[in-house]
Amino acid sequence: MTNEQTPKKAADRALIEISNLSLQFGRQGVLRNLNLSIPRGQTVSIIGESGCGKTVLLKTIIALLRPTSGHVLFDGQRLDEMNDKELTAQRARFGFVFQTAALFDSMTIAENVAFPLRENRGMSMQKAEPIVRESLAEVGLPASVMDKRPAQLSGGMRKRVGLARALVMEPEAVLYDEPTTGLDPIVSDVINELMIRTRQKHPVTSVAVTHDMKNARKVSDRIVMLYPLSRLEPKESQVIFDGTPDEILKSKDKRVSQFVRGEAGERLMEMQEKAANY
Amino acid sequence: MSQATLSTPTDDRPRGGLMGAVFNSIADLGAVVIRWIETLGDMTLFALRTVSWLFTRLPRRDTLIPAFYNIGVLSLPVIALTGTFIGMVLAVQSYAQFKAFGFETRLGAMINMSMCRELGPVLAATMLAGRVGSALAAEIGTMRVTEQIDALVTMGANPIQYLVVPRFLACLLMIPSLTIMGIFMGVVGGWLYAVHIFNIDSYHYWNNSQAFVDNWDLFYGVFKSVFFGATIAIVSCYRGFHCAPGAEGVGRAATAAFVLSFVIIIMLDLGLSIGLDAVHDYIWPEVVR
Repeated sequence: MTNEQTPKKAADRALIEISNLSLQFGRQGVLRNLNLSIPRGQTVSIIGESGCGKTVLLKTIIALLRPTSGHVLFDGQRLDEMNDKELTAQRARFGFVFQTAALFDSMTIAENVAFPLRENRGMSMQKAEPIVRESLAEVGLPASVMDKRPAQLSGGMRKRVGLARALVMEPEAVLYDEPTTGLDPIVSDVINELMIRTRQKHPVTSVAVTHDMKNARKVSDRIVMLYPLSRLEPKESQVIFDGTPDEILKSKDKRVSQFVRGEAGERLMEMQEKAANY
Repeated sequence: MSQATLSTPTDDRPRGGLMGAVFNSIADLGAVVIRWIETLGDMTLFALRTVSWLFTRLPRRDTLIPAFYNIGVLSLPVIALTGTFIGMVLAVQSYAQFKAFGFETRLGAMINMSMCRELGPVLAATMLAGRVGSALAAEIGTMRVTEQIDALVTMGANPIQYLVVPRFLACLLMIPSLTIMGIFMGVVGGWLYAVHIFNIDSYHYWNNSQAFVDNWDLFYGVFKSVFFGATIAIVSCYRGFHCAPGAEGVGRAATAAFVLSFVIIIMLDLGLSIGLDAVHDYIWPEVVR
């Protein structure tokens, strides 16, 4: 176990602590010197335009990607320095809701939701079934979907199955990657409600990456906005906003207010100019 | 865990003039060689990780049985069918030459030995690479592209242990049976054509076969097939794991899995044949092969 900070009581320290995190793919920088501290029980929405590194940040938190420099501490421990066995044990404390749900095509819905239980707790399918049934009921899905394959469900239903699968182990932290993208407004709000209910039911820490301002304002205690490195000066911080949902509405930063209101501004002209000069 | 890297080389090669073109060609060739060596090393590590999981934790029965069924049972009809036809083709192609020397009753020896030592294992491996290898690469590639492999990892499963080991075991353990089936059907096909179409005497056909083909020849083919099965599983799963994004990436992975498996199988076939002949000569120096 690696703990790089002064020892603190587990309850006092932030559950997720991101320090000087930088990440590059080849020559392309995605994250630069990012610092973020997420206390236990908080729901944080990471917003920002496409390509600013939101999903990369989420995948770095759960150690699907290794940072180029800096580190992420989860409950005081560096996941990127752990061996496979330790990492597996720590990952069981997370739930991850993927943008496309990422359900296993070759399995039924019941097998998909039971997967973490069988893999981490060694449960048989028979033993896991009542828990699966309950998890599906919590996200508003009837038991009749249990024997279906993911391809037989609508996008919204798949997303809810993904949520049920992420929550079935009652994780300490849930990472949501674009939880409402591609869904109609009603189903989007259903997902928002489920995120809020999850937080009310378990003391869970949530990090949601989203473009959807309605989703961010409704479910979050705190909103963090990232900006793409390509549009920043070399010394500028990548976090251009960090505050409450009310504060973001009053932000004087043009880049933030433009994003919140969903206005293109001069962006189209900029894009056309860039394309012409290429 | 994926590693975000800083490894893109600086592109500072000379560009203009004849010398520039020559330097560029050499640099391009060098880049291709480096890529090949990197892939080979990466694939070797992938194979070692797969083998190490065999000794750490075996997969669950519910992942093994479907893999054995898909790879073994479902490949059986196509291998039996092609084996039968290959045996017949061998009879058709060789009959005229054997007849010219008056050796037509020895046709069985040639067909059966070819089937046991070479065509049976290579045919089974080729059919398996085409039917199973491409499908494995496409399946795992699609899982990669649709984040299903990331989902496996986040839920505490190791993708090599969960996805590769069952398929590796199925290819490794099922290919000997498939090879024996291919050989058997080839022998039957050759016999059917030689005896019933060319009217060769059945007694002499089998008698000559028995004189020239023995257990070593059957072992020779089956032994080689185990290496071919391992190659198909490793190459196909590796290609799926390193699949480029999108439908095009999945398609390329499937094609590359078959082509690369086949090339390696043929190269291995040569090496193993030379090695096995040397072993035979060492154990039985007095027996003519």
